[in-house]
Amino acid sequence: MNHQDFYIIFASGLFVHNFALSQFLGLCPFLGISGHQKSAAGLSIATTFVLTLASGVCYLAFQYILVPFELEYLRTLVFILVIAMVVQLSELIIRAASPLLHRLLGIYLPLITSNCAVLGVALFGSQTQLASLPQALWYGFTAGLGFALALMLLNSIRIKMSFAHIPAPFKGAPIALVAAGILSMAFMGFIGMDR
Amino acid sequence: MIGIVFLLSLTLIFGYILQLASEKLKPTTSTLVTTINNTLPQTQCGQCGHPGCKPYAEAIAAGEAHNKCPPGGVELITTLSQLLNRDTIAFDISHGEIETEPLIAFIREDECIGCTKCIQACPVDAIVGAQTLMHTVIIDECTGCKLCVAPCPVDCIDLLVRG
Repeated sequence: MNHQDFYIIFASGLFVHNFALSQFLGLCPFLGISGHQKSAAGLSIATTFVLTLASGVCYLAFQYILVPFELEYLRTLVFILVIAMVVQLSELIIRAASPLLHRLLGIYLPLITSNCAVLGVALFGSQTQLASLPQALWYGFTAGLGFALALMLLNSIRIKMSFAHIPAPFKGAPIALVAAGILSMAFMGFIGMDR
Repeated sequence: MIGIVFLLSLTLIFGYILQLASEKLKPTTSTLVTTINNTLPQTQCGQCGHPGCKPYAEAIAAGEAHNKCPPGGVELITTLSQLLNRDTIAFDISHGEIETEPLIAFIREDECIGCTKCIQACPVDAIVGAQTLMHTVIIDECTGCKLCVAPCPVDCIDLLVRG
């Protein structure tokens, strides 16, 4: 694999196909948690971790189990199973290895398992025909970074907005949705730049 | 057909792996903390300055004084002194008064205005009631920690000797 691919996947995951802002995946935590800076940071780290893991594992499952047995049509089900298993397993390992890290990420990991962004990264990964395991891991990692970027951006905007005078009907979720929409439109400007 | 067999075997294998992992990778919480936590009264009243009994158990294991628990009283200090091989020290009165007998909260229901403030203060959810309706205490749940007394705006909560 050449270096160019790496940069393209990076730019694509971070800006062009940003999971939250252009693919509209993982909107639950995106809107739900962006009001709290600490939780947003914790969730960003945990999501990046899970997305990297899920992308890598699902790549292996797809290339070495599903394709040889011609079971590609089962990939959605298999990916859900594989992701749930791996995330649960990694939570157990983290709990045993590092209680501190577990306290930091622990509550987020099981939550993220059911996040659609995680299934999304696996399905997109299998569709775009990633060339190798490092590329799949990198794809998942950049997707996670993109999600973290979007979450932190919206979080900063919402912190700033909490000092602004907002009309009563727009307070809370409505203004957050409007902000997310405008942010998403800004990210739409990147479309096509990864070709 | 092959798909069904494949998925079934996959779930079985994954279930087995997770089962194995959860047995092998049990968290190794310090046994000292667990032992101390078991001797604490589990009122979760927070009078020791920690959010609950387990955090206080962790603090004691880390070297904090073991005389800050009012519900445990002198008895607890003696037990902990033996357990930790520390000197038996007098109770730290800055953390409350030691009760000689177990207490229970009692709401004088004629005077209760139904403000729900004591419900929010109760660490063990021993008070039932709703807005503008009178509240009452579940005897079996109440630990007599007195945290509901201060928030009550009409002072209708008494602490009686349990009996």
